[in-house]
Amino acid sequence: MEKHVVVIYPHPDDESFGAAGTITKYREQGVPVTYLCGTLGEMGRNMGSPTFANRETLPEIRKEELNNACERLDIDLQMLGYRDKTLEFEDRHEVADHLKGILEEINPSLVITHYPERAVHPDHDALGAAAVEAVKLMAPENRPTVWVQPITNNYVEELGEPDIKNDVTPFFDQKMDAILAHESQASGILSKFKENPELDDDLKEEAKKRLGKEHFYIWKYE
Amino acid sequence: MKPIQIQKMQDLLENYSNKDVYVHLETTNGAYASHFDDKAYNVGAYIRNAKVKFSQAKIVGNGKTYRVGLKMEIGWIYAEGLTDWTIHGDNQLLLAGHDREGRLMVSLQISETPFRY
Repeated sequence: MEKHVVVIYPHPDDESFGAAGTITKYREQGVPVTYLCGTLGEMGRNMGSPTFANRETLPEIRKEELNNACERLDIDLQMLGYRDKTLEFEDRHEVADHLKGILEEINPSLVITHYPERAVHPDHDALGAAAVEAVKLMAPENRPTVWVQPITNNYVEELGEPDIKNDVTPFFDQKMDAILAHESQASGILSKFKENPELDDDLKEEAKKRLGKEHFYIWKYE
Repeated sequence: MKPIQIQKMQDLLENYSNKDVYVHLETTNGAYASHFDDKAYNVGAYIRNAKVKFSQAKIVGNGKTYRVGLKMEIGWIYAEGLTDWTIHGDNQLLLAGHDREGRLMVSLQISETPFRY
C-alpha cells in the first residue's frame, strides 16, 4: 500500500479531470493524498455566457472551486503560487528545488504528474519536467515512484501501452463530483464531448468513455 | 461584464489619458486549439502591467464589436474584437471580447494602479 501520494499538476481542475478516480481509490484505502497545484488558472478563457467572471475575478473563483474539489476528494492542498501559462518560462531548476523541498517534507511513496513533452499544455509539460527533476535531485534511496500522465492524442503510438491503466469507472460518481466542483471550467470542457450538452445522462456516459480510464507511465531514472 | 456602449466607453477611456497607467493586453485562442483541431494554430500574446502614457484614446466599432486604439508618444496600443466591459475594484477598466460560448478571445485593461501579479 502507498504511504502518501503527492499529485503535482499546474491548474485547478487538472487533478479532477486527470486523476480524480485514482485519487479516490487511494483515499478509500486510507492513503493520504496531497495536491500541489501550480497556479490558479488565471488565464482560463471560459467566462460564461452571460459572463460570470472576468480576467481579474477568475483567479479567486477558481481558487474557491479548487478548495471545493479538494474537499470533495478529501485531500490536502498546497498552492504553489506560480502564474498560469508562465511556468515554462520560470527557471526549471528553481521550480524543481521548490518541489523537492516540499517532497522532502511530505516524504511520499508515489508522485503523480504530467508526462513532460507529452501533455499538450506548456504548463503541464513544464511542471511535469520540474517534478521529474525534483525527484531526480533526491537521494536514490529516498525517491518516491513517479507516475507521469500524457495527454497527447497519439501517446500510445509514441510510448507504447501505459504501465498503469486505472479503470476508474467504479469511482466515476466521485470523479464527476470533483470535476463539477470546478463550475467555471466543467461546462466548457464537458460540452466538447457532446453535440447536445443539456442531455445530462448522455453527457455522463460520454464523459465516462473519455475520462473513465486514467493512464500513467512509470518514469525510469537511470 | 456589460455590452460596450461607444460614447460611455469613449468618456471612460479619456479618464486615463495623459497620466501613467498600467495596461494588460492579451489575445489567445487557448492552449488546446491544435489539440482539439489539428488544423488550428495556437497563437497568443500577453503583456501585464506595462506602464505607459497615452495622449489620445479612441473607440471605433459597428455596435457589436469594437476596436480601441491608444496613441503614445512613440507608439500605439490597440485591441480588436472587444464586446464587453466592467470596472474592477475602484478604477480598473476591463474590456474584453468573448466568442459565442463565452470564451475570452481578447482583453484590454487599463488602470492607474498595477494589476495583481
